[in-house]
Amino acid sequence: MDTIKIMGTDDTPTVILDAENEVFEISGRSLPEDVTAFYDPILAWLDDYSSSPCPKTVFTFKLVYFNTASSKLLLDILMKLEQMSEDGHDVLVRWYYPEDDEDMQEAGEEYSDIVDVPFEAVSYNL
Amino acid sequence: MDKTQITGFLEFVYDFYKSMKAHEISLVYEGEITHQITKAFTSLTESNMAKEEEPNSVQKKVFHVMIECLQNISKHADNFGSDDFLFAGRGIFMVSKSADEYHVTTGNVIENSKMKELGEILDNINGLDKEGLKQLYKTQMKEGRLSEKGGAGLGFIDIARKTGRKLEYHFLPIDHETHFFVLTSSISRTE
Repeated sequence: MDTIKIMGTDDTPTVILDAENEVFEISGRSLPEDVTAFYDPILAWLDDYSSSPCPKTVFTFKLVYFNTASSKLLLDILMKLEQMSEDGHDVLVRWYYPEDDEDMQEAGEEYSDIVDVPFEAVSYNL
Repeated sequence: MDKTQITGFLEFVYDFYKSMKAHEISLVYEGEITHQITKAFTSLTESNMAKEEEPNSVQKKVFHVMIECLQNISKHADNFGSDDFLFAGRGIFMVSKSADEYHVTTGNVIENSKMKELGEILDNINGLDKEGLKQLYKTQMKEGRLSEKGGAGLGFIDIARKTGRKLEYHFLPIDHETHFFVLTSSISRTE
């Protein structure tokens, strides 16, 4: 399966979706000019991947900022992970937030309330 | 321009400068709000705040509010007949500062037919407390659909949550078909 590697910019996040090396990560800042165009290939990749996922999928979110338009697409990603988990696959979401960033911590808590998927919040020092 | 016109114009420039100083307006713009402009304004304001050593949390809040305000204009300001996806809405955008607050103000033209709905959305948000806003944000994220232009109806809720204030807005009549919609968001510098 193809690998997605997108280097982050000041308005788009770094995205690595690499089934072979079992790396699944979105990090950085997300406020793309066209959120749908940016996230569509990622959602399509997850659709493909979910038909034959790795034995364990640890998906990392390590964002420092996302706008409200992105928040909706991040939920779409999480809902795909939830579906995989409901289908009996081993999925874990790791939500990283800067230790002094209550808003990012709370955003993670809110997502974990909405989606039913194993969820781990991890604080880190910037 | 003849001499009196030039004098009038210079007076206008000087008065404008003085009122900008008096209100500590660090940014004022009227025109199309594109993605590039949004990026330029936020990075300008970020570096100004960093220079003045504003606390991180204040900088983040101002950044959040600016982005959502600018995107509101670029996606929703009435475009009067243009259905072009690439059309950028236009309006006025202003950032100012007082001793204890930052103010982000936007103004744009809105058709009368859309006023009622917008007013209801804003009043609904203003009627909610912290917990209510959180629930509304979650519901809207789950059930709301992205509009063609990428709006998810979340911006105003986010502004209310980030500022911890009621959304302060006004509609000023322009003509029989339109009003000028002004929204001012204030972010405390002391928390």
